[in-house]
Amino acid sequence: MAKITASVYTSHVPAIGAAIDLGKTQEPYWQPVFQGYEFSKQWMKDNKPDVIFLVYNDHATAFSLEMIPTFAIGTAAEFTPADEGWGPRPVPMVKGHPELASHIAQSVIQQDFDLTIVNKMDVDHGLTVPLSLMCGQPQAWPCPVIPFAVNVVQYPVPSGQRCFNLGKAIRKAVESFDKDLNVQIWGTGGMSHQLQGPRAGLINKEFDNAFLDKLIADPAAAAAIPHINYVREAGSEGIELVMWLIARGAMADIDGGKPPKVAHRFYHVPASNTAVGHLILENQR
Amino acid sequence: MSLEKPYLDVPGTTIFDAEQSRLGYHLNQFCMSLMKAANRERFKANERAYLDEWPMTEEQKQAVLARDLNRCIKAGGNIYFLAKIGATDGKSFQQMAGSMTGMTEEEYRDMMIKGGRSAEGNRVVGEDGDAQAHHQPQGKAGKK
Repeated sequence: MAKITASVYTSHVPAIGAAIDLGKTQEPYWQPVFQGYEFSKQWMKDNKPDVIFLVYNDHATAFSLEMIPTFAIGTAAEFTPADEGWGPRPVPMVKGHPELASHIAQSVIQQDFDLTIVNKMDVDHGLTVPLSLMCGQPQAWPCPVIPFAVNVVQYPVPSGQRCFNLGKAIRKAVESFDKDLNVQIWGTGGMSHQLQGPRAGLINKEFDNAFLDKLIADPAAAAAIPHINYVREAGSEGIELVMWLIARGAMADIDGGKPPKVAHRFYHVPASNTAVGHLILENQR
Repeated sequence: MSLEKPYLDVPGTTIFDAEQSRLGYHLNQFCMSLMKAANRERFKANERAYLDEWPMTEEQKQAVLARDLNRCIKAGGNIYFLAKIGATDGKSFQQMAGSMTGMTEEEYRDMMIKGGRSAEGNRVVGEDGDAQAHHQPQGKAGKK
């Protein structure tokens, strides 16, 4: 039986990808950001999963305004890192896991979440920056990745509660897969940031840290936060945090298991326009 | 019945909702076309001619030519799409975001290093934070 063993949460700021790709990680501006992921890179080596289910959002890359799926699951065998206008990031191809992805798609749709199934899709910094932060610069990513794209570009985005419930459905789907697989679920994006208008540059450390506290200890309360609170408190793009709730909803304690162990917690301001938050939660046996 | 929009009283912020998306469809799809290197070259060679290939409003075209991102957003643009114009111009996301505040690049970068813009006074229209309409433009540009 496949099992979700841990969840990882991280911001996916494009400038972090650029800093890695251009060899700037030891510069004074960037050093504190990457310091916060040193633990995580070792943790990834010590806890190598068979598959990563990676929740992220596309930033007008694979999906223009021609099609705006709320939830899209990548079922392809591979996904190419996209050219977002600055040229593609020099990172490995992303290998998928079509067998598990199709299984999850079928199971989750049967649980009343209407996913869009995507068999051809380029992946942007939303997906590749978390992989770089957690895995460094390998020749190949350590395992297959199932991309799961959430619309957080055009309002209304799915509510925190819906994302949390979707996480529960994904957990059931994974656990009904016959092969023994160690699956991690990652929720990415956030934390507080606003990229537009005269309010650009908004950061809210108090909100972010309270969100981290809640996500760990009282995730149902975090799921109940309405959209408008994210916009007002964490900036218009801070709404990306709803994606963290998908990963959190897939943890064992939500289904009657033990509370997760906090393996790592990190917070830093700024990376470009954004507050960087990062958590690793492990399911306990 | 009108749609529920609880976010209209957030200062200095335009939420890209279904209505904005409808207004900005061609503007954003023009931006999307700049994902291809050949289109970036054609746009740079003659911006006006390239824009005229798109059924955009004159206001949208003027806003793009002026690189006025606040105007672009008002006309239905979304920042992730507008970022393709910035990429074509060789600008970073921070330069683009900062340009909407009136601050110089250095002023905006310094604000971010010092912890970013505070939410205090910037949650609801009518408060007195730096993102409120009566404090625009920000930085040296606003001190005359």
